[in-house]
Amino acid sequence: MTTLDVAPAVGSGLARVDGRAKVLGEATYAFEQDLPLPAYLHPLQSTVARGRVTEVDASEAEALDGVLLVLTHLNAPELADTGDGEYTILQSPGVAFRGQIIGAVVAETAEIARHAADLVRIGYEVHEHDTELREDHPDCYEPDKVNPGYPTDTEEGAVDRALADSAVVVDQRYTTPMEHNNPMEPHACVNVWEDGRRLTVYDSTQGPHGVRRTLAKVLGLDPADVRVVSPYVGGGFGSKGLPHAHNVLGALAAMSLPGRAVKLALTRQQMFALVGYRTPTRQRVALGATEDGRITAIVHEALEQTSRIKEFAEQTTVGTRSMYAADARRTTHRLVPLDVPVPSWMRAPGEAPGMFGLESAMDELADALGLDPVELRVRNDPERDPETGLPWSSRHLVECLRTGAERFGWDRRGLPGARREGRWLVGLGVAASTYPAYLMPGSVAQVEHTGDGAYAVRIGAADIGTGNRTVLTQVAADAMRVPVERVHVEIGDTALPMATVEGGSAGLASHGSAVVEAARRFREEHGESPAPGARTESSMAESPDAGQYAAHSYGAQYVEVRVDADTGEVRVPRMTGVFSCGRIVNPRTARSQFMGGMVWGLSMALHEHSVVDHRFGHVVNHDLAEYHVPVCADIGEIDVSWLDEEDLRANALGAKGIGEIGITGTAAAVASAVHNATGIRVRDLPITPDRLLR
Amino acid sequence: MRPLTYERATDPAAAVDLVAGNPRAAYLAGGTNLVDHLKLGVAAPDVLVDVSRLPLDDVEVLDDGGLRVGAAVRNSDLAAHPVVRRSYPVLAQALLAGASGQIRNAATTAGNLLQRTRCVYFQDVTTPCNKRDPGSGCSALEGFSRSHAVLGASDRCVATHPSDLAVALAALDATVVVLGPAGERRVPMADLHRLPGDEPERDTTLQHGDLVTAVEVPALPFARRSAYRKVRDRASYAFALVSVAAALDVEDGTVRDVRLALGGVAHKPWRASVAEERLRGGPATEEAFRAAATAELEAARPLPGNGFKVPLARSTITATLRDLAGGAR
Repeated sequence: MTTLDVAPAVGSGLARVDGRAKVLGEATYAFEQDLPLPAYLHPLQSTVARGRVTEVDASEAEALDGVLLVLTHLNAPELADTGDGEYTILQSPGVAFRGQIIGAVVAETAEIARHAADLVRIGYEVHEHDTELREDHPDCYEPDKVNPGYPTDTEEGAVDRALADSAVVVDQRYTTPMEHNNPMEPHACVNVWEDGRRLTVYDSTQGPHGVRRTLAKVLGLDPADVRVVSPYVGGGFGSKGLPHAHNVLGALAAMSLPGRAVKLALTRQQMFALVGYRTPTRQRVALGATEDGRITAIVHEALEQTSRIKEFAEQTTVGTRSMYAADARRTTHRLVPLDVPVPSWMRAPGEAPGMFGLESAMDELADALGLDPVELRVRNDPERDPETGLPWSSRHLVECLRTGAERFGWDRRGLPGARREGRWLVGLGVAASTYPAYLMPGSVAQVEHTGDGAYAVRIGAADIGTGNRTVLTQVAADAMRVPVERVHVEIGDTALPMATVEGGSAGLASHGSAVVEAARRFREEHGESPAPGARTESSMAESPDAGQYAAHSYGAQYVEVRVDADTGEVRVPRMTGVFSCGRIVNPRTARSQFMGGMVWGLSMALHEHSVVDHRFGHVVNHDLAEYHVPVCADIGEIDVSWLDEEDLRANALGAKGIGEIGITGTAAAVASAVHNATGIRVRDLPITPDRLLR
Repeated sequence: MRPLTYERATDPAAAVDLVAGNPRAAYLAGGTNLVDHLKLGVAAPDVLVDVSRLPLDDVEVLDDGGLRVGAAVRNSDLAAHPVVRRSYPVLAQALLAGASGQIRNAATTAGNLLQRTRCVYFQDVTTPCNKRDPGSGCSALEGFSRSHAVLGASDRCVATHPSDLAVALAALDATVVVLGPAGERRVPMADLHRLPGDEPERDTTLQHGDLVTAVEVPALPFARRSAYRKVRDRASYAFALVSVAAALDVEDGTVRDVRLALGGVAHKPWRASVAEERLRGGPATEEAFRAAATAELEAARPLPGNGFKVPLARSTITATLRDLAGGAR
């Protein structure tokens, strides 16, 4: 270990370095950038789910005072690359899903743009559409791989025979609905062109460099001529991990108005068609076990949807591959391409819906065995990764379960339907959590001595509200062996060195590892008393452990629910989460992230459900009055804790991701508690009062 | 959203003049419903006449114990009024069950009653809706109808009225004071809202230009034992799946009198007269409450997506009356 001259910053609960600016409203988000000559864009969206635009009458809109541009496929600039169906907008009259961008109005004010957009008359040739995910769909297929690159199917051992020979079998279907990310800050971008070939974009994104790469490719620009600035981001939840069609629209429209800052903020309703969502899933989970609770066979099959114009294959059953020991195991993914918007990343894609299925089935298996569900998980904790055969970098699921049981008071759990307090049926539930410890190569950090012992640390990463800016400050301070006050972290700009997306719970590990190596090299090159202006850049160091270990985070979730005996209303007065994620860099921001993840899980369990009316092909509950997410009054006591550890086999920081693990397994724990309260098994999310009426 | 002009009325009569004389004018109070509709293109008036600052913001306690509530009294203020809390718990609870704190701070008494019925298709101008565009068809009939009506609907419209306050006022036999071009008149709550029938575009019986200036709540001593129970998908704020406003007068195990109204089940606050009739003079038992609820709901005609509302309404009525009766012992 390096000796520090100052108390280590890593491990301290440093308050957010940008907290004050955010609270005071001084942190300027993408749309709020004060730029000369702003103009405002309102998108035009198709009102049919499949067909062709046959007529555009923009005369009324164009006649309106203040309208600068009506853009459609008839007058849109040609894109340089049309290989990605999501980004290929306004290149043809074709309509591939309802709500697809078919044009834009740009005007002097947002109100004029919106009014004018209503005045553009569009005629269609309407084709039959299909938006419904069905098990017997003739177009169902096996994708080549699933996000972000896993094999589609795995099979080990004679699974069906092992299942048939098992003493106890649970074989059930579970479903999760379409869900939308809904970050608080809507997707927004401001595009400014200079000289017709240089583009500056102020964007709300989880990865400025990724937006630059995509826009440069689609528009045929040298990436050096595209600058993406993203100083603050009001939540992403995966939907800002990649640019979406509105980014291309903003750039195309601004091209016709050189020098003007064309501002685009999507409405909440537009976000339900344009910025990704979680596919609905149909899952089959079959578990076979011996009478003493040793799992002998695991089957996890998932059916999902994708868009006909672009494949996104969510990795729903991948978490199951490494979760429990069994000699025989099969996991599969099948996709149905539909006339729907393009699905994408949302809050632990794969693990969130998949662990609902697996962990619900584990609860049912424990029930069938007459075994405590905690004990069932303990008995099937594998010594090595069942999928790869590799040793674990660290795996402390059992410790999480035991610690959580103690903190939560798991011993108070009784038989289903046995505990009643007044009008409430009370139940306790449990489930396990897991999330892979991703480490994304490619990030570069720059350290510069700016004088008087102060350092600038530059990396073109994002902070989507997680605290990335703050924890990178701590990591850099320790790596430079200076107090945090001496470190100024600059992020959110492609003028800064390359950084990978803040997603996959890999931001800190990937960006922090580059910062650590840049700091080490800086000291090596410039010593302890560097000249002002001394500067070093580096990517993360090669790890000798790379590929030698299976690295995942783990957690245990305990939930108490109260179900109103008269109305079926579910309340969650308390939740306990215990996590094992390696070193915790900042307990204050970490607690907030774990808690946020658990709230996502509660939301998935009880609320979130995008309802598609298949006659029209779009989500009809497309606002926050009808699409429910929990607010403070819906959340009870959340007890968050973690094991004190570091996992240096996972990465140089010893810190595994914490952003998404909190959602995994949570919905299963809620369903487990609901079963314990009522005796009713709910296998289809969300768990609404009508499911529990008796 | 279309451009419009905004005018602020100086007194109620002037407001009525401004709106009654212009078919494309509308009143603006708290704006919590109308402003959404302006943005969505659901409402497109040329002129908004702001009545939120008219001197109609008093809660007056009448000599007989009743209340006269000014039309511009904010929902949060009415809910916090000590007499409302003490004498009409059903009213205070209904108000607090509606919307969120921020919305209650903006929403007015009259605006709450006159908010439009709720339906995702009504709010989405890209789909057919008889209420928004008469004759275009009802998308909810065979669509997403989880929150829709099971009582009194027509094949033209199955939307529900979302106001919680209106349900409580219906149970309390309140009267709405209306100023129209021809002067002032009083409209009983039961007659204010209407069932959709062949004219779903009309939510109320008011005429264009009518301005609600006050709501009068008659004295009802036994309303001290009253309650509003709202069942919803989310604890914090959500529209009712089913709600029940009830006041119960029990003596020696017998129901002397009862007021009962339902929300979330119809195009208007649903006064449960059938159940009330059966309950009066009968035993105050859970079985009797359930039988009365069942009788009331015999008229229910659920849609494919909201069949659960019938058993939910039955059990919520039963539970609400049971809890009120329990408090009587």
